[in-house]
Amino acid sequence: MFQKLIRFLKAFWHIFSRPSVYFSLGFLTVGGFIGGVLFWGGFNTALEATNTETFCVSCHEMRDNVFQEIQPTIHFTNRSGVRATCPDCHVPHDWTDKIARKMQASKEVWGKIFGTIDTREKFLEHRLEMAAREWRRFEANDSLECRNCHEEAAMDLTRQSPRAAAAHERYLIEGDKTCINCHKGIAHELPNMAGIEGWE
Amino acid sequence: MQRLILIGIALLCASLAVFAAEGDLDALRGNVPLLQERTPEPLYPVENQDLRRSRAYPMQPPTIPHKIDNYQVDLNANRCMSCHSRSRVAQSQAPMISVTHYMDRDGNFLAELSPRRYFCNQCHVPQTTAPTQVDNTFVDIEELLRQPQRNGGGG
Repeated sequence: MFQKLIRFLKAFWHIFSRPSVYFSLGFLTVGGFIGGVLFWGGFNTALEATNTETFCVSCHEMRDNVFQEIQPTIHFTNRSGVRATCPDCHVPHDWTDKIARKMQASKEVWGKIFGTIDTREKFLEHRLEMAAREWRRFEANDSLECRNCHEEAAMDLTRQSPRAAAAHERYLIEGDKTCINCHKGIAHELPNMAGIEGWE
Repeated sequence: MQRLILIGIALLCASLAVFAAEGDLDALRGNVPLLQERTPEPLYPVENQDLRRSRAYPMQPPTIPHKIDNYQVDLNANRCMSCHSRSRVAQSQAPMISVTHYMDRDGNFLAELSPRRYFCNQCHVPQTTAPTQVDNTFVDIEELLRQPQRNGGGG
């Protein structure tokens, strides 16, 4: 079995390492270019297709739990009709970070295949673990996904309610805290918060 | 017996007819006849000024001077307590919940919020800018004390 594989690789390298006999240089370069465009376009299209709310809620784990919970919140139902969809908050927008997150998401595919959270009970059991993972991610990247829309430099504190303005002045502008430290559970229900910092 | 039932049914029909004819018996529905659909009033915005309101009497649970939309208060989390609990007020600068909230019903002090006080909205509610539906004749005790004594008073 192993020897067969070695023999196959050797044969492949034999062909691969020699100049082409029948195909012209033009064909190979142009063909390679077109092939590259097709591959890259297809890859990005597929990547973007997995980066939509429709894709996320096509699984019942998301549709029946977290998607139901976001609907009454300000990020889904509001006066101005701007909506944050799943990937806006849960997938980084920069390409490198996005790819890194997408690789982590292969674990989620594993979970889907083996039904880690395929019932409401299992979902609730894992909610703290999943939420904590997102809190850690937001703390580590200084709430980057919040700041994609809510930039602190663009905040008009005078138009915020007095307590919001005071809190932002004291903790956000000073840089002591990042969005997620205070704004947990604004889009989804919270797990049992006993022992979580700020919820004593 | 049969006659009695017939009379009963006739009375019921008659009362229903009167009810339907008058129509405006239900003042809670804004005196709109029961069979007509009423245009609902707009939802009024919640006052969000963070200015404490005076209490009508000393024991009144203070009303909430800010919005509490989607604040989670359930078995898992209590959003109110993340600012108003004893350990959180230094950071939040919010008023601490009354010391009575740390007592059980026998007056013994507890380390944590008493379970019977857990659901804040049972007593504390935000206020909207909606006009009052009915007149209120409540007179503050201070006002009563300032009024000249009528009836000469008791012994």
